[in-house]
Amino acid sequence: MSMIEFHNVEKYYGDFHALTDVNLTINAGEKVVLIGPSGSGKSTLIRTVNGLERVQSGRLLVDGFDLADRKTDMNKIRKNVGMVFQHFNLYANKTVLENIMLAPRLVLKRPEAENKKLAMDLLDRVGLAEKAASYPRQLSGGQAQRIAIARSLAMKPKCLLFDEPTSALDPEMIDDVLNVMKTVAEDSSMTMLVVTHEMGFAREVADRVVFMADGQILEDDSKETFFDGQPNNERARQFLGKIITH
Amino acid sequence: MGYIISHYWNELVQGLGYTLLASVIALFFSTIIGTMFAIFEVLPNRLMRVIGRVYIEIFRNIPLLVIAMFFYVIVPLYIAKIDGFTAGTIGLTLYTSSFIAETVRAGIQSVDLGQMEGARANGMTYWQAMSKIVLPQAFKIIIPPMGNQFINLVKNSSVLAFVAGFDLMYQANSIASLSLDTINSYMVVGLFYLVITLPLSYYMRHLEKRLAN
Ligand SMILES: Nc1ncnc2c1ncn2[C@@H]1O[C@H](COP(=O)(O)OP(=O)(O)OP(=O)(O)O)[C@@H](O)[C@H]1O
Ligand SMILES: [Mg+2]
Repeated sequence: MSMIEFHNVEKYYGDFHALTDVNLTINAGEKVVLIGPSGSGKSTLIRTVNGLERVQSGRLLVDGFDLADRKTDMNKIRKNVGMVFQHFNLYANKTVLENIMLAPRLVLKRPEAENKKLAMDLLDRVGLAEKAASYPRQLSGGQAQRIAIARSLAMKPKCLLFDEPTSALDPEMIDDVLNVMKTVAEDSSMTMLVVTHEMGFAREVADRVVFMADGQILEDDSKETFFDGQPNNERARQFLGKIITH
Repeated sequence: MGYIISHYWNELVQGLGYTLLASVIALFFSTIIGTMFAIFEVLPNRLMRVIGRVYIEIFRNIPLLVIAMFFYVIVPLYIAKIDGFTAGTIGLTLYTSSFIAETVRAGIQSVDLGQMEGARANGMTYWQAMSKIVLPQAFKIIIPPMGNQFINLVKNSSVLAFVAGFDLMYQANSIASLSLDTINSYMVVGLFYLVITLPLSYYMRHLEKRLAN
C-alpha cells in the first residue's frame, strides 16, 4: 500500500518553478533518503507532504488524502505525518515534557496519565529522561533534536519526515541523533522520508535513494543500485562522488 | 497643596476612582481587542488582514479627543444613550487598542516562524498553535512596550474631563476654578496620577524580570 504518491506535481513560489513534474511513490513502511544540491527543492518537496507548502497542480496523495485539493483538511494528515526540522523548532515556552505531551493532549485528547507515561517512555528511549523538566534553550543541539524526534513519535504517526535533521549539529552530536533515527527505522511499519547527506545512514537504513536537482527528480534507485552500481544520471553520479569523498 | 488635598479630598478620591475604573476597563478591553486585530493582521487570509489594517489605521490616526467626542455627541444622538464616562472609556479603549494591536503584531512577528511550523507539523490547528505557542512568547517579548501603552492609557484617560467623565482631570479643572489656586490644584492631581502610573510601571518591570529567567 502506498503512503505517499506524487503525480505530475508542480509547485511555484510566485514565478519561481520550485518543483517540476514530480512523480514519486513511497509505500507504507518504506525508508527513502532524498538528496540533491542546495536549492534543488528537497525541503520544498518534503514540506508539501504535510501541507506546509501548497502545490499548484498534479495530485499528491498522502495517507489517502489529496493535498492538491484545497478542501482537504491538513490537520487530519498532520496527525499521521510527523516532521523533524533542521532547527528542531521545539516550543521555547514549554518544558521538554510539555513539548512532547502538548499535541497528543490537544489533538488526540490522550488521557493525561497515559500521555505522561508515553512521553516518559519516549524520553527514555532517546536517552534524555533527566531532561524532562528542562526548557529547550537549556539543551544542546543534539539533545534538542532527539527531543524533537520524541515529540513527533508521541503522535504515533504512520509517517515521519526529516529535513536535514543533523546538518545544524556539531559533529560529535550527529551520531546520537542518527542512532535514534535508526531505532525509529526498526519499526517496519513506519514510513520515513529523510533529507540528509549522511550517506552512512542512507546505506544502513534506506530502501531507496532519490536524487533531485533544479526541482526535478533525476534518479530514483534502490539503495543497492545507487551505492554499489552507478546512478544513470550524470549529475547524480557527480553529486554522489562529491559527498562521499567529502 | 496640603490645603487643596484636605479641602477637596472627596473630589480627588472620586476622581481617582473614576480614572482608575476607566483605566482598568480600557486596559482589559483594549488588550483583548488589540490582540484580536493583531491576529487579523498576521492571518493567511487577505480579507482579514485588510480588515485589521483598516481598523488600526483609523483609530491610530484620529486624535483621541475626536474619537471620545464622537461617542459623547454623535452616538447618544443617533444610536444609544450613553453618559460621558462610558463614551470616554469606549473612545479610550478603541484608541488604545489600535496601538496595542501594533505592539502585539510586532511581538507575534518577532517569534521565530519555526514555532508555528513546528506546532502545525505536530498536528495542532492554527488557533492551538497561536494560543499555546506563539502568543505566550509574543507577550513575553512585548512586556516593555505594553507597559508604555498601559501608562499612556492611564494618562490619556484625562480625555474624560472633556466629556464630563468625573475623572482626575475633570476634578482638577473644577477644583482649580473653585479654589482659584490653579498651580496647586494641577500639581496635586499630577501626584494622584503618579499614584496609579508609578506602581503600574513598577509592576511591568517586575513582570519583565520575573519572566526573563
Ligand atoms: N518561501 C519561498 N519563497 C520563494 N522561493 C523559495 C521559498 N522557499 C524556497 N524557495 C526557493 O526554492 C528553491 C528550492 O528551495 P528548497 O529550500 O526546497 O531547496 P533545498 O533543496 O532544501 O536546499 P538546501 O539544501 O539549501 O536546504 C530555492 O531556489 C529557494 O530559493
Ligand atoms: Mg532544505
